[in-house]
Amino acid sequence: MPVNLKPTDVVVIGLGAAGGVAVLPLAQAGLAVIGLEAGTWLRPDDFAPDELRNNFRGWPQSAQKANREIPTHRPNANAPASPRLAIHPMMNAVGGTTLHYWAQSWRLNPWDFKVVSETTRRYGASRIPRGSTVEDWPFGLDELEPYYDKVEYEIGVSGQAGNIKGKIDPRGNTFEGARAREYPMPPLRGTSFTEMMADAARKLGWRPFPGPAAVSTRAYQGRAGCAYHGYCARGGCHINAKGSTAVTTIPKAQATKRLSVVTEAHVTTIEVGPGGRVSGVHYVKGGTEYFQPATVVLVASYVYENVRMLLLSKSKAFPKGLSNNHGQVGRHYFSHNQIGGVTALFPKRLNNWYGLPAQGVAVDEWADDNFDHSGLDFIGGGNLWVYSDRRPISAASMSTYGRAQRWGSAWKTFIKQNADSWNVSYLQKTTLPYEDNYLDLDPNVKDPLGLPVCRITADYKDNERRVSTFIQDKMVEWYKAAGAIATEKTGMGTMGPTTHAYGGTRMGSNAETNVVDRWGFSHEVPNLGILGASVMGTSGARNPTLTAQALAWRTAERLAKNWKQIAG
Amino acid sequence: MDDSHDPLISRRDVLKRVGIAGAAAAVPIDAIAQATREPFETLTAAEGATLEAIVARLIPTDANGPGATEARAARYIDRALGGFLAPLLVAYRAGLSGMESFARTAKGAPFTQLSAQDQDALLTDVESNRGFAGAALFFNLVLSHTIQGTFGDPFYGGNANFVGWDLIGYPGIRLTATANDQRMDVAPTPTHMSAYDFSMFSRKKPNAR
Repeated sequence: MPVNLKPTDVVVIGLGAAGGVAVLPLAQAGLAVIGLEAGTWLRPDDFAPDELRNNFRGWPQSAQKANREIPTHRPNANAPASPRLAIHPMMNAVGGTTLHYWAQSWRLNPWDFKVVSETTRRYGASRIPRGSTVEDWPFGLDELEPYYDKVEYEIGVSGQAGNIKGKIDPRGNTFEGARAREYPMPPLRGTSFTEMMADAARKLGWRPFPGPAAVSTRAYQGRAGCAYHGYCARGGCHINAKGSTAVTTIPKAQATKRLSVVTEAHVTTIEVGPGGRVSGVHYVKGGTEYFQPATVVLVASYVYENVRMLLLSKSKAFPKGLSNNHGQVGRHYFSHNQIGGVTALFPKRLNNWYGLPAQGVAVDEWADDNFDHSGLDFIGGGNLWVYSDRRPISAASMSTYGRAQRWGSAWKTFIKQNADSWNVSYLQKTTLPYEDNYLDLDPNVKDPLGLPVCRITADYKDNERRVSTFIQDKMVEWYKAAGAIATEKTGMGTMGPTTHAYGGTRMGSNAETNVVDRWGFSHEVPNLGILGASVMGTSGARNPTLTAQALAWRTAERLAKNWKQIAG
Repeated sequence: MDDSHDPLISRRDVLKRVGIAGAAAAVPIDAIAQATREPFETLTAAEGATLEAIVARLIPTDANGPGATEARAARYIDRALGGFLAPLLVAYRAGLSGMESFARTAKGAPFTQLSAQDQDALLTDVESNRGFAGAALFFNLVLSHTIQGTFGDPFYGGNANFVGWDLIGYPGIRLTATANDQRMDVAPTPTHMSAYDFSMFSRKKPNAR
């Protein structure tokens, strides 16, 4: 028998990007919140600038929950399983992957909320790719804007606005939707390399701008400004300049005394009580089973784990898994079309040894519907991003661009000259959900508790392949304009486990095709909320985290303001 | 062979130890050379010698300066095979043994005793998956770990004296990089520090194996 704990108002499963934000408005509203986190606290002195450990050995994690339940992948229902990843791309800790993420904190563009209606209006309904299940979001960017704003100011996002209340500022992204005010801090500084790239973009007639990042550029709310030391990618911040929820919203919520953080808590299932409402969650900590009763449950454990937990939580009222009586849990899954990139070799040293992946320059001309698709055979596009970030092992592992073999004296001469002369671009591209891309439970692979892991069945379709080719060509053009002497395109990769996963519990007004309503609460279970990118129905051409966080804040605020109605 | 591999043991000490064993006069030169090295932690002496010979060709000591030998990349791999890379120990043993059999079959001598030219010819075959079962896989493993052992943090036993970082011009770990440190026309002075030489990280060292 599990240990029965004292009931609480709200239990939040997972204190990462989304759950870590949601606890703040809940606690500030006076609700009693318990945050269950599989990992532990990590501190600045855990974050050594150690490339071998951080980037090759799976990081300083004390809890290994994610690594023991890595999703399996197969391209389609008839294909064999792909080789399984050795390390889960996400991590367990208070703050979750916001500890080691790149911290690029974009808002989606207006088009991303209205892909179906805008494509139909401009090009006709036939341009929606066959087999895609894409829908318009149940609201537009304007409805999410106040929540983007709240999160930007709470976690501390630096950046250059391009559109304040409709007034366009060419120093920022002129394609962004209207924002109420400036970013709380100016953008990360440019380098002579990023300035060289920006100049080349301008020569092409494009409008380059610095990207937004949850990284302080000056002292902000007691945290230091960025030190640009170069170990930010899959590295935590040794001076708390990165606005992880572990150093922003979570401690602020704890200070209200309304949030209680339980670490090393491995949640297994959500319990269903009378009337088809959830009544609490089961978790294991230190080998003991606990039941935490709660009036409302918010699931915030990342896309794969959110879906898995719902499917594992079967009951009389929900025989196919919690909130799955319409068979929508796991549907409309997609992972960001972000692997296919371009690298370039320059005829000089770039001195990119320091900096961070968020310290770069963006071009948005070829993203979303920012250009005319009339004569093209795809919809959507990509954001082009180059940045200053290099560490020695990865630098020495560079391509030789066909100019030397990959070992021996000739290779050594090549890398001595070129290890600091190459650059990798990051090309995030539109990805759509399709009928036959989905998540479910793997019938064969189980975690150490004996529970099946999540199985991904997904492959890129024609639209994604065409976007990728188009965007890679644009990136080659940009590098060449900047003086690159060689470029190489990288493959698209598979749709296996990734840091940019979306869908599976999609948000929408139609309960037949969506798991959660416009507020993030289950259509089938009124006191169950779902947080994270699993509710997103489109990807946009930029990092998902800030959008997941804005949505989490909005769901939490909805709960706080309508407590009696939702609590029942 | 020289003693710079291990500052703790001088050649004279080794000779003395061999002498104490009572067979100094009978010990062949090769064995003395072998004894001057500290024992491998995970691999056998023979496996270790083969690995040393392989990494010396992957990143050779040449006109561009020190290579994997001076970086002690084989020592990094040997140590890691008793720790983080332990799941690969079986694959390493099979690969090193395959390499030796291949050398004897194709060139009639142990890999360690072949000329650099012959060693390179065999490694080129192995890279192309010729010579023994799983050859290319083994080659790729060794190459990636040789790069880790040459360019990784010295804390893990490789990149000795920062020879890897100096080779590619990595100016080293700085906890703060200034705007000037990021200028294209600037080459910051190398710091030559491990992450764990910084006091804030020295208290929470990871497993160095």
